[in-house]
Amino acid sequence: MAVVETRGLTKTFKRGQVGAVQNVDLESREGEFLVLLGPSGSGKTTLLRMIAGLEEPTSGEIRIGGVVVNDMTPRERRIAMVFQSYALYPHLTVLGNIVFPLKAQGMPKADREKRAEWATGLLGIGHLMGRKPRELSGGERQRVALARAIVREPSVFLLDEPLSNLDAKLRASAREELEQFQRRVGTTMIYVTHDQIEAMAMGDRVVVMNLGKVRQIGTPAEVYDDPADTFVATFLGSPPMNLVESGPSVVVGFRPEHFRPAGTSTPGGRPLRLKFRCDHEEYLGAERILYGLIEGGPFDGKKVVARLASTYGERFLAGSASDFEVAEKDLKFFDREKGTRTDRVALT
Amino acid sequence: MALSRRGLRRLSRAVRWAVLVLFSIALSFPFYWMLITTFKRTTDLYNLKNNPFLFAERPTLEHLRLLFGETLFLRWLINTTLAGALVVLITLVLALPAAYALARLTGRWGERLGIGIFLTYLVPPTLLFIPLSRVVASLGLQDTIWSIVVVYPSFTIPFSTWLLMGFFKSIPPELEDAAMVDGLTRFQAFARLVVPISLSGILTVVIFTFTLVTQEFVYALTFISSAAHQTVGVGVPIYLVRGDVYYWGSLMAACVIASLPIGFLYNLFLDRFIAGFTFGSVK
Amino acid sequence: MSRSRQRWLGPVMLLPAIVYVLALVGVPFILAFFYAVGDVKVGSTAYHFVGLQNFRSVLENPTFRRALRNSFVFTIISQALVMVGGNILALTLKDAFRGRRLFRFLILLPWVAPVSIGSIGWKWILDSLYSVINWVLVSLHLVKPLDVPMWLGQPTLAMISVILVHTWHVLPFTTVILLAGWTSIPRDIPEAAAVDGAGYFRTLFQITLPMLLPIINVALLFGVIFTFTDMTVIYILTRGGPYDTTQVLPSLAFFTGILGSDLAEGAAISLFLVPLLGVVAWLMLRTAHRAEVT
Repeated sequence: MAVVETRGLTKTFKRGQVGAVQNVDLESREGEFLVLLGPSGSGKTTLLRMIAGLEEPTSGEIRIGGVVVNDMTPRERRIAMVFQSYALYPHLTVLGNIVFPLKAQGMPKADREKRAEWATGLLGIGHLMGRKPRELSGGERQRVALARAIVREPSVFLLDEPLSNLDAKLRASAREELEQFQRRVGTTMIYVTHDQIEAMAMGDRVVVMNLGKVRQIGTPAEVYDDPADTFVATFLGSPPMNLVESGPSVVVGFRPEHFRPAGTSTPGGRPLRLKFRCDHEEYLGAERILYGLIEGGPFDGKKVVARLASTYGERFLAGSASDFEVAEKDLKFFDREKGTRTDRVALT
Repeated sequence: MALSRRGLRRLSRAVRWAVLVLFSIALSFPFYWMLITTFKRTTDLYNLKNNPFLFAERPTLEHLRLLFGETLFLRWLINTTLAGALVVLITLVLALPAAYALARLTGRWGERLGIGIFLTYLVPPTLLFIPLSRVVASLGLQDTIWSIVVVYPSFTIPFSTWLLMGFFKSIPPELEDAAMVDGLTRFQAFARLVVPISLSGILTVVIFTFTLVTQEFVYALTFISSAAHQTVGVGVPIYLVRGDVYYWGSLMAACVIASLPIGFLYNLFLDRFIAGFTFGSVK
Repeated sequence: MSRSRQRWLGPVMLLPAIVYVLALVGVPFILAFFYAVGDVKVGSTAYHFVGLQNFRSVLENPTFRRALRNSFVFTIISQALVMVGGNILALTLKDAFRGRRLFRFLILLPWVAPVSIGSIGWKWILDSLYSVINWVLVSLHLVKPLDVPMWLGQPTLAMISVILVHTWHVLPFTTVILLAGWTSIPRDIPEAAAVDGAGYFRTLFQITLPMLLPIINVALLFGVIFTFTDMTVIYILTRGGPYDTTQVLPSLAFFTGILGSDLAEGAAISLFLVPLLGVVAWLMLRTAHRAEVT
């Protein structure tokens, strides 16, 4: 059964004509890690807050566990939320923070402490119980926020960019902890981020959003290999997919890692052969990024990017063009005007 | 709960408005009353049968004429303004460098000294006024406006220093570092760079210092004994009586003039004041 | 620029202000102690040490004991009212809305206007014959025309009037400080509390008010000082009457020391303010240490 469902969910703020969230239909699955991905202003946080009950929808329906919750307060929805700043109560100790929701429920003291012990054990923060939030590191604060969330045994977790306040180095390990946590606990998680790497790494499915609309919902593989439109195609993947206009109505796309020296692409079908003049290369250790132009043919002068593993040693001198190719199956075609994905067409 | 979320929100908004209106009326009513009394004829004012909220007779400018023509009110306004200007001057001359020194040049003991200076603001005039009356007399300043010009900075300086400290701290020190690299001395950087940048903060301090001067009562009452040398704050409640009779019409007219203009100025600068005050206390 | 020159610039810039303040605050402060243990009188420069005689005669004076009690009663009651009222007002002003500036202007007036001016305004409103409050009460038939309350003439009513005028005067100041506190609470803390299942009152009393405690402390301590050490309201409204029933320490010190020319006894009375100021200063320093703006 779907845990969280939205139908036609829309939010318009008073002054803006364009909706912050436009007509979103969503269905999360039991136990899944669902990521809401998009740039700032895409409406992902507003969507999350509407699910939480912190923002009232202009129209549309929200269901949790099959029940329509539009008129319910956050408390009644049995959800837990982790905020970007963690929103730990600064004057309470870690223990005080964790038992606060249980106190609000009216749970007797002995049960509260047992639950708190279980939660802190799960997250490995038992030794921090007496500390105040300002004495904790960023990673520890995240764990306390999670403990406070899990202690109520909610039906769904909502997380609003919880890793964005952490140091870059800390982020990777915090990310791993979150993934492990979700797997152990098994509760549905809806996770908002603008970082596509986080989305790909953590999500069972990704909801790609832009300007209030949902562009595509799919597994990381689906949104990456089978993008529904040019926005999804360029938002995921770094460096983004190469997009080249071909004729009045078609845009062709291929990812930098599929743009390879002739003869090295995946065999099968007829590869697209292009002459590539590299004028700038970045050496990133594990891989090389080549920036340059296509020479000759219908795409002459278009800027493209190629991505090779560093194990591939051949040098591509600036000044002379080399033979490159893209496998047939790695070519994606888009409608030039609408940006949506179309079927394979013949290239002019 | 029978109320829907939307209903609850509307109710809370109505309550909020009701509370706000109630408080505003209660707090500003005396000034509204001063305004009405100013323009009511004496016969109307003292006729108990008339509804005091209405004008039973045509409004009049008689009280204002009396106030400016036959009392020392104008003199008091001049005295207060003069004293205010001088006190502001003295305060700025002493507080600006002091605040800068505390904000930039003194480190940890500077922090403590800053708090110490601020604590002197808490020593009340009602404790010091008796010894100070002797000091003022021994300096020969009693019954002159100079007595308060000399004494008032004793509380305007701590207050202004603390406020200015907050403003200075909000200026990134890199600006002065850059100026000193360019060849200015630290003092020149202060005088030619920091002070001009902080002009709005300094203006706020000027306004607040001036209002501190106008609001003061105890020292003026203690040091100045003749009506002609008094300030507005003391002159109006004490000397606008003849014998035992209060001339309420003119008295209220004086109150209106003494309070509303300052009110406007204060409201204008309040946001900046809060910014300086919260910055000064956040580490 | 040489290091040594840099090091004395700070103290030099600081010195004039410190000297000035020390001279006009520190010296009189010490003098107050000397006067209290001497026999200083206006017009004479003679000084004889009399030990604690002034304090003894002051403490034996029933008017003094009444004034001491009044000081505490007035301060505690008015500050309680101010704290509750200030928080309520701050809550209504916290979120922006159209016309907020106008309301703020109206609400600030009692604090901005000189307290002597506000007090004389109240004196007119509370006048024994022409009080507008009494007129309203009479027209609502709540009191008989010949039986109107003597707001400033009857001891209990006079005390109530004085307390209310004090409250009226300090309320805007406290509201502004509390407002700064309320607006500094991050938006997601009450949201987290809502998600955690806390209702309005639980959030208010267990989360927001405890977070506001440092600011509440500051506002309270300032308010206590302003009310406890003020003599203006009483001087103008009642002159300490009727029959010294509304005297407080500062006003009594004024009447004794300046109007009564007994500087020594006046100084002794005003010195009783010092213990309270000391306690308040110590409490403020402690909260300054603990004050944490999130």
